[in-house]
Amino acid sequence: MRDRSTIVLAALGLTALACIGAFMTIGLRGNIAFALELRSTRLLALVLVAISIAVSTVVFQTVTANRILTPSIMGLDALYVFSQSLLVFAVGGLGFASLDPRLKFAGEALVMVALAALLFLPLLRSRVDLILMLLAGVTIGVLFRSLSSLLARLIDPNDFALLQGASYAGFGKIHGELLLAAGVLSSIGIAIAWRMRHVLDVLALGRDTATGLGLEWTRVVAGLIMLVAALVAVSTALVGPVAFFGLLVVALGERLIDTRRHAILLPAAALVAIIVLVGGQTILQHGLGGVSTLGVVIEFVGGLVFLAMLLHGVRR
Amino acid sequence: MMPVEQAVGRPVGAAALLVLAGLFVTSLFVGVGEVSLGGAFTDPDALYLIAASRLPRTLAAVLTGAGLAIAGLVMQTLARNRFVEPTTAGTGQSAALGILLVTLLMPSASIALKTLVASLTALAGTSLFLSIAHRLPPTQPFLVPLFGLVYGGVVGAAVTFVAWHADLLQFVEIWTSGEFSGVLRGRYELLWVSAAMLAATWIFADRFTLMSLGRDVSVGLGLDYARMMQIGLVIISVVTALTVVVVGLIPFVGLVVPNMVSRLMGDNMRSAIPWVAGSGAALVLVCDIVGRLLRFPYEIPVGTVLGVVGAAAFLWLLFRRPAHA
Repeated sequence: MRDRSTIVLAALGLTALACIGAFMTIGLRGNIAFALELRSTRLLALVLVAISIAVSTVVFQTVTANRILTPSIMGLDALYVFSQSLLVFAVGGLGFASLDPRLKFAGEALVMVALAALLFLPLLRSRVDLILMLLAGVTIGVLFRSLSSLLARLIDPNDFALLQGASYAGFGKIHGELLLAAGVLSSIGIAIAWRMRHVLDVLALGRDTATGLGLEWTRVVAGLIMLVAALVAVSTALVGPVAFFGLLVVALGERLIDTRRHAILLPAAALVAIIVLVGGQTILQHGLGGVSTLGVVIEFVGGLVFLAMLLHGVRR
Repeated sequence: MMPVEQAVGRPVGAAALLVLAGLFVTSLFVGVGEVSLGGAFTDPDALYLIAASRLPRTLAAVLTGAGLAIAGLVMQTLARNRFVEPTTAGTGQSAALGILLVTLLMPSASIALKTLVASLTALAGTSLFLSIAHRLPPTQPFLVPLFGLVYGGVVGAAVTFVAWHADLLQFVEIWTSGEFSGVLRGRYELLWVSAAMLAATWIFADRFTLMSLGRDVSVGLGLDYARMMQIGLVIISVVTALTVVVVGLIPFVGLVVPNMVSRLMGDNMRSAIPWVAGSGAALVLVCDIVGRLLRFPYEIPVGTVLGVVGAAAFLWLLFRRPAHA
């Protein structure tokens, strides 16, 4: 059992490295140094996004005790886009454009964490029917997306385009100036999640057992939800909302290693995410032309996986 | 009309009609071009503005609202679930896929042909959704709408993918965002077909009510279940396809309106139809007027306004209603 997961992890790691190598080298020509610098910036962003989404999804699934929940299905990334619109609405289009992007990002992340705590803690505490919670989450996502586009139009017709870029997924355009701030934030988040891997194992036993084992359930879960919110803010800030990516990579990772122990699941999911994102990007970039379609392909495949898991889970 | 009047009483019905008429007139006089009530009858320019732009727009809102609300009512009957409607369960997205394909394959196709193809793809998409929805366990009422929302998302992703490759993304975005600002005389008349669909729903109302009892019971009562299913599907698909072709996707109308009406009036479809149609028309009119006033003189698409209003209303319905749908 131990051996198998070690082997799988090693294989995943090697594949991920191969994808990264391919991403950096295939089709390289012209000014090599410049191209490499450009590519490494984008690679860094993709890896950050991949790990953030994988870790936040694993943590969210453990906290909610369900494998088909992901932060984005529950509308968290729509919430991020909404907090962004809210900020533009508050300071105006010109103010938004002249704000330091790092400061702006920090503000948005903060608003997002606060809103997530406000919205999801009561929902989690009341422990409603899972399907109802999912449906509510999806609808909350729709609500925030509509609210964002409403705000976007209320702001100023001229600034409309400013926000529209943030409202749909694109792995092709990456907001490079945010990389440093996002990197710091997600590194902290990932480190915390890694340090809490054993706590997460205990949490996965269920609320009553975990409490019996001496865990302050409410406090830990509240902290974890905010951690998830921060990680979602990072990935959404860098590439925009992606609904089913987290679900896809965690389901794949879990199937490959056949365990839910977080010490193994967290790196496995993160590696699968890197492979899918960096590898998919490489293939689409050089094989199929359209770079920005990766988000759409993931949305399509991930949506099908979600439906399959949903139907399978219900039949069982 | 008798059952309605017996159930709610003549004064309420009259008041509702008055409200609808008031909204209709308001919609005629809201806009950038100044038209006064007196000017409408004397000033030829104002008269022209009303005839060419305001009246078509108002009529389009009324027809769309009534049609979508009825389509939602029929869909809820066929799926035997209160929380589905065409634009949240893949019908609208399937119609958009049809429009996209016909635009790609036959760029010169007439708007009527586009509608026909869109209706056919909507029919196929909705049939697939319903056939899966019927296999879901009835003990999980929220599973069907959840399935529908994600199913719609998957079809929508397919639309985006095709559009991206054909470089038609902007076309699709403009086509599917629901708004009435482009509606002029000559650009909306196709919507009158949804009035015909409304009439068809009225004719078959009693049989649809029987269908809501379930397949076995309704077959036992002598209903041609499969035939009624086909008729219902055609009504849903044609109304949705028409709406997508002429004004775009307008979410939640078919979801919120039938739920509210059924809460007030019960589930007899024939007596509910006028109320559902009227309330749907009123809801879309209000949202369109709000969209025009919120940031005057600019406009906010009615689809956006309804996305906010409808999603909030839907959440309210979800958490107010007891778990048995």
